[in-house]
Amino acid sequence: MSGPSFLSRGLLAVLCLFASGAILLPWQKELQSAANRAGFHSVSLGIDLREQIGQSGFLAALSGFRSPVAAYLWIEAHAAWEKTEWGRMAALFNTVTTLQPHSLLYWDIAAWHMAWNASASALEDKRQPSDVLRERTRRQYIEMGRDFLERGIRNNGESALLHERLGILLRDKLDDHAGAAAEFAKAARLPGAPSYLKRFVAYETSKVPGREKEAYLLLRDLYEQGGMMRTPSVLSRLHEMESKLGIPQPERIPAVAPSHSSLP
Amino acid sequence: MTGALSRITAIGLNAFTGLVRQKVFYFLLIFALVVIGNSAFLAKFSFQEEFQMLKDVALGAMAVFLCLLAILTTANLLPRDLEDRTIFTILSKPVPRHEYLLGKLLGVVILLALSTLVMGLLFITVLFLREQAALVETRATFTGSPHDLALALDAVRRGVFSWDLVAAMVLLLLKSILLASLTLLVSTFATSGIFAILVSSSAYFIGHLQATAREYWMSGIGIHWWTRVFTALVALLFPDLQAFNLSDDIVAGTAVPLGLFFQTLALGVVYTTVYYAVACFLFQNREL
Repeated sequence: MSGPSFLSRGLLAVLCLFASGAILLPWQKELQSAANRAGFHSVSLGIDLREQIGQSGFLAALSGFRSPVAAYLWIEAHAAWEKTEWGRMAALFNTVTTLQPHSLLYWDIAAWHMAWNASASALEDKRQPSDVLRERTRRQYIEMGRDFLERGIRNNGESALLHERLGILLRDKLDDHAGAAAEFAKAARLPGAPSYLKRFVAYETSKVPGREKEAYLLLRDLYEQGGMMRTPSVLSRLHEMESKLGIPQPERIPAVAPSHSSLP
Repeated sequence: MTGALSRITAIGLNAFTGLVRQKVFYFLLIFALVVIGNSAFLAKFSFQEEFQMLKDVALGAMAVFLCLLAILTTANLLPRDLEDRTIFTILSKPVPRHEYLLGKLLGVVILLALSTLVMGLLFITVLFLREQAALVETRATFTGSPHDLALALDAVRRGVFSWDLVAAMVLLLLKSILLASLTLLVSTFATSGIFAILVSSSAYFIGHLQATAREYWMSGIGIHWWTRVFTALVALLFPDLQAFNLSDDIVAGTAVPLGLFFQTLALGVVYTTVYYAVACFLFQNREL
């Protein structure tokens, strides 16, 4: 063999690899920062996750199969739902949302399962004879659903969907109309928000004692926009607020048929 | 120059034909079963869940198949040529060894590119068909205003296909080419195909931890000197494969900025070139 032996060539090759690694290091760091800024690689796979998904799942997640692992666990959660294993579902949802924190769908459906399905099931749990404890469990599941949505919002701040869902949960499950109005208002300001959210803000505000004037102004504004915004709910609530606030007759809206009767 | 190009192309096409004769494309059948079967199974979920999981599973399967294909086919290229003595016939002609290696790599790249294309087309077709079904269903069941219906239909469309999925597939292809180049490097000093497969597979797993090792090494806080040396070795010797894993977040709806995409692409090309160059260096004087 001419020149350096294969062994010394091997050493030289390793040195070359080290040198290229050293040269590429700043680029790799910069690329990682750019990826983080764009919302990539933000998941840290810690020891607690390894305990949740097991050694093989953790290895798969580390090897670039984070999202297929999340999909697999989501299917498991669906199977748990069919057996009404709510505790297991909650644990699986926690793991899935840890693996895929930027997937709105996972946060949304996890919250729905907990706050609606699990809470309703808890209330009808025949194994629990105490009404008080059943109610407590129901409340815990609703809070769990709320927690999913709040964590989802923290991970995806610009999501109209999650703010809307949190508003619905506060409205329908916790009777927190002020909180619901605030969430609908946040959702309505975000890009891609459906137009009905503006009406939802007004409806919820009208249910908060002491905020009738604010609700009246919001409803009046919707009314002035005309067209699709003049729904039966807008008109009836506007009439209600006018009566409550004692708005003079000439300033009140006329009692006319709404243009769109099927809208929320 | 033209002579070199035609020699490399001839070796590349020959290597590709050899790989096709090994019936490696059968894996595409498995991929089709995974995607179509998965799509049928997921029909019981809501269409948003269905799309999310279809993308998760299809891109995950593509990643697995491409990486396996890259490592398994490349690891056997040199040992097979040595075993049936084809390598002596080729190298006895005026074919430099670096051209021989480049031709072999080209054969694997053609195989990987064609596989990505077929899998990508199949995946997008299934996605398109499911999208049409979801759009019809939404139109039939939606009760809101025309404006909100348009928003809902738009949300369905945005939730199904985006060009970022194509970017994810391109990066998966690039990662597999990088692995092929790394495996080619290993096979220049490996004594058997199995050895090359084992080393490359280990490099694949370690490569996914390279970014973690690099951060740990560079933070340098509260770690022993030997841990620091070990993490430095990993950070310098192995490629950062995690950099090419953008598909996990793309599936969740994160958009890839063009700058990031091209930088990642460039990093992949540089890694591939470095491994090929080192492979040529080692293979140049290897006794056959």
